[in-house]
Amino acid sequence: MIFTRGTTESVNLLSSSFGETFLKEGDEIILTEMEHHSNIVPWQLLAQRRGVTVKVVPVTDAGELDMQGFSELLNEKTSLVAVTHISNVLGTINPVEEIIALSHTAGVPVMIDGAQAIHHVLVDVQKLDCDFYAFSGHKMYAPTGVGVLYGKRKWLQQMNPYQGGGEMIDKVSFSGTTFNDLPYKFEAGTPNYAGVIGLGAAIDYLRNIGLEDVWAYEHELFEYALKQMSAVPGIRFVGQARHHTSVISFLLGDAHPFDVGTLLDKLGFALRTGHHCAQPLMDRFRISGTVRASFAFYNTREEVDNLVEALKRVAMMLG
Amino acid sequence: MTIKEKQQEVIEEFSAFDDWMDKYSLLIELGNELDSFDEANRQQQNLIEGCQSKVWLHAEMNDGKIEIQGDSDAIIVKGIVALLLRVLSGHTPDEILDSDLFFIDEIGLKEHLSPTRSNGLVAMVRQIKAYALAFKARQNK
Repeated sequence: MIFTRGTTESVNLLSSSFGETFLKEGDEIILTEMEHHSNIVPWQLLAQRRGVTVKVVPVTDAGELDMQGFSELLNEKTSLVAVTHISNVLGTINPVEEIIALSHTAGVPVMIDGAQAIHHVLVDVQKLDCDFYAFSGHKMYAPTGVGVLYGKRKWLQQMNPYQGGGEMIDKVSFSGTTFNDLPYKFEAGTPNYAGVIGLGAAIDYLRNIGLEDVWAYEHELFEYALKQMSAVPGIRFVGQARHHTSVISFLLGDAHPFDVGTLLDKLGFALRTGHHCAQPLMDRFRISGTVRASFAFYNTREEVDNLVEALKRVAMMLG
Repeated sequence: MTIKEKQQEVIEEFSAFDDWMDKYSLLIELGNELDSFDEANRQQQNLIEGCQSKVWLHAEMNDGKIEIQGDSDAIIVKGIVALLLRVLSGHTPDEILDSDLFFIDEIGLKEHLSPTRSNGLVAMVRQIKAYALAFKARQNK
């Protein structure tokens, strides 16, 4: 486990280091249409630097990955698959076990972007057998500026360092420098120990409440919200995967998401609007953005009911 | 009416409402009433950067005064555009450049002034003033 500044840095670390060590011109990386920019741009930068090609798994109208499409993209040139566990826009839970199984059969390692998933579902990296898993502290009640890149030792050991400097070295001289063991090899400079301690505190806090209880409650609330929100005239859900949780993206008729968000804000509801750092996904659905309701264990059914009333009022104002 | 007087009119209109939702209803109404935008002007060069919604602003010089047209795909933003045009359109470049847009604060749209809000109000005002500067320079040639 390597501590980073967050998921974004984790992906950058991986793309840079894994890319430099293992990838050559003509190799292919598989991403998906529903990825967050942080799991797209580092790979694009790598592609530019190393002459690698980025291939993209399409997303269906229901907001699920086209697994047939994925199988077709997997070939002997594929060097890595990087996919999100749960979409931060659609709430879709991707079939990561299947993706990992298929990739491994083809001899291809897999990185999972777990930023959204980490505190909504059980993440057992041993069970998943993923090669890399990245997530951020701030999405699980820890401070900002801290995150994790988990990686299988066999890869990390071979990978070139990402950033150089203090802590990641063994011996430094102008005639040659040697590097420290894992994980320190990838943790240059003074670590964000305050952030990491905060992350630990967040984990303890959640464990105290009971992780499984938290997830069960959140999912139940999510299902309740979906059902209640369906009654709002003109509501359109974006992403209706068979397996989804944690976030609901929607639009109200033809209203611009910004308008909906502004009015909801005045009524006391904090929802994010816009492209949610997933512009390719917005393009795929031919929309400029969505309004996104996100559920945590401190939200209540009453709040959901209030949101529904507010949505009805907003729908009328903008209708 | 001067730009200052037009702003005072806007402030009075909005002060009739205490409830925020009523102020937004007024903005929505103003947005709906905004003169239709010439499709020929709906171009990349008229698009304002820094907005979560799309905002187009087009300016022309007529008889020493700047006529501004605007549009947005978000209705509340369109309402804000309508207010800006009401206050600034039809004035000389100097009047626009010298103007202090105090009405935005006074009617309580202050949160829309924050750049992080990304609705581009700052960008819109900047663009209009940039047009004024450009037209003034052209005039002086």
